[in-house]
Amino acid sequence: MISFIIRRMGQLVLLLLGISFIVFMSMHIAPGDPATIIGGPTAKESDLEAIREDLGLNKPVFVQYVDYLKGILQGDFGYSYQNSQPVGEAIATRLPNTIKLAVSSMIVAIIIGLIAGMISAMKQNSWLDVTSTTFALVGVSIPNFWLGAMLILVFAVNLQWLPVSGLSEPFYTMDGMKQLVLPSITLGTASAAIIARMSRSSMLEVVKSDYIRTAKAKGVKHKTVIWVHALRNALIPVITVVGINFGALLGGTIITEQVFAINGIGRLMIDAIAARDFPMVQATVLLVASIFVIINLIVDIIYVKVDPRISYE
Amino acid sequence: MGNLLEVNDLTIKFRTAKATSTAVRNVSFSLEAGETLCIVGESGSGKSITSLSLMGLLPENGEVSNGSIRLNGEELVGKTEEELRKIRGNEISMIFQEPMTALNPVFTVGYQIQEPLRIHKRMSKQEATVKSVELLKQVGIPNPKEKIHQYPHELSGGMRQRVMIAMALACEPSLLIADEPTTALDVTIQAQILDIMDDLKEEFGMGVVFVTHDMGVVAEIADRVMVMYAGDVIEVNDVQTLFEDPKHPYTKGLLGAVPNVDDETQEMKVIPGSMPSMEDDIPGCRFHPRCPMAMDICKEKKPALIDVGKENAAVRCWLQEVDTNADTTIAASGGFENVLSD
Repeated sequence: MISFIIRRMGQLVLLLLGISFIVFMSMHIAPGDPATIIGGPTAKESDLEAIREDLGLNKPVFVQYVDYLKGILQGDFGYSYQNSQPVGEAIATRLPNTIKLAVSSMIVAIIIGLIAGMISAMKQNSWLDVTSTTFALVGVSIPNFWLGAMLILVFAVNLQWLPVSGLSEPFYTMDGMKQLVLPSITLGTASAAIIARMSRSSMLEVVKSDYIRTAKAKGVKHKTVIWVHALRNALIPVITVVGINFGALLGGTIITEQVFAINGIGRLMIDAIAARDFPMVQATVLLVASIFVIINLIVDIIYVKVDPRISYE
Repeated sequence: MGNLLEVNDLTIKFRTAKATSTAVRNVSFSLEAGETLCIVGESGSGKSITSLSLMGLLPENGEVSNGSIRLNGEELVGKTEEELRKIRGNEISMIFQEPMTALNPVFTVGYQIQEPLRIHKRMSKQEATVKSVELLKQVGIPNPKEKIHQYPHELSGGMRQRVMIAMALACEPSLLIADEPTTALDVTIQAQILDIMDDLKEEFGMGVVFVTHDMGVVAEIADRVMVMYAGDVIEVNDVQTLFEDPKHPYTKGLLGAVPNVDDETQEMKVIPGSMPSMEDDIPGCRFHPRCPMAMDICKEKKPALIDVGKENAAVRCWLQEVDTNADTTIAASGGFENVLSD
């Protein structure tokens, strides 16, 4: 297991190298010159040249890339073109908000998705099943910028139960939790829907299997058959879906942070792209990619714990 | 003393999208403690459904529509799910066909054997562990102390079926139902498993209902045989008589289809046609479309189970009526075409 983790971390390094190259190059190929944005509309050509000289933008692209990699190896992600703030510092202040949002959304998605899926499977073709599968279909279909706006309109503006935006309070306080409710529902709904569909079909398949009949033949109580014998087997494919969805969910934070005015990595990335803030864009993309790969690694480790048939030796 | 198991006039129906169809018709049989009854038939004969009904484990769209199942005089038909649950794995146990899929892949062998002990005998974890090691030893599994920590996928098919047997026998049931327990195993393992089952039957004094389509297995393990065809019992007899003097053309066909390695000149005989599905409405004897000796009456009237000479021996065939009257015999399996000839 340890050697598996080490191997996967090695793959992560190679993957990040590839991603950094693609992002670096695409930023330089894309139209728009950072110098004109930093200098502003009134800047003279000589000023722009000075800015380029200062940022190293007049060097050949490959030299710039190698310089950038050298910086990363020393833990230096460069300075923001917009406000000269160290990129690492900017990320460090924004990351907790994104993690709060992503984790709470995933919790919402798993809880709602699993409960809906299990109820559906247990009461197949009942009105509960129909309601839950309809929810699942609608859930994956609704774009989350629209869902977010509607939730704000209903629960924050009209009913005034929850705050409109922001994520400034610590999550363990009442206010902090209230701030999390709407964004995590907005972001978690699509994943909840997918998890619900997966757990429903997985559970329906498992309850028909021979070992469930064996458990019944032993005189195991119905509840134990479902929650012990069936659930653990049904969870195996669900875990895969949860892992993959975490990636989609990270992408979704960009929009959700925008809708709820949350100062997270997503907004940082959008602003940086608009401002041609190369170092900031590169660092945020690398960060999101790393998180995605690490989540997948965690999923693979959880597999081994749930399904004894899987081993990485 | 009464019989261990008494099944009377058992009829099982299935609801399908289109209609209700009958899978098992008016089946009656009995079983004494220490006796092995083989239920024989092709796929679709109703043999597995009959055995599942004894456990109260029919699929959701199936139900016992008529008849009674008595275990030690106690009626099982009509019992609630909770009452049946207390009997399952305790007084009646079942071994299934596929040892590969019949064990839960995510729990250890030990956990799965201990489960019935903890449920029915209310044993503590330690007691159940000790007992499960003992059970594994009884079914001939080497290193039982290590094996209880292993998962099903770490064991071979034969070992898994031994685990299934250990699990089924954990609470020392009075009735063991085995639904083709050796079909998925290769022949040498098959023989070992049959030996173990036979030994343990003696040891525990259980009655065994053994469902199979393999006449070789029947010869090895049965005391009595009940042949089923398309939901009907068509012949019942003790194993010796059934093999030496089969009465029903279908039974003769089954026996004729068993290859004999010692006889080089033997040609495989097959029963032409295939088993009707339970939706098919066949007037008269349900076997007549495939029967080489079908007479006019077979197409019109269904024969009754006719007693043949002694207790617990009967056959459902018009020929038998003719037979008893005219006292003629029919050569065993003589009427079937030799498909492999030429």
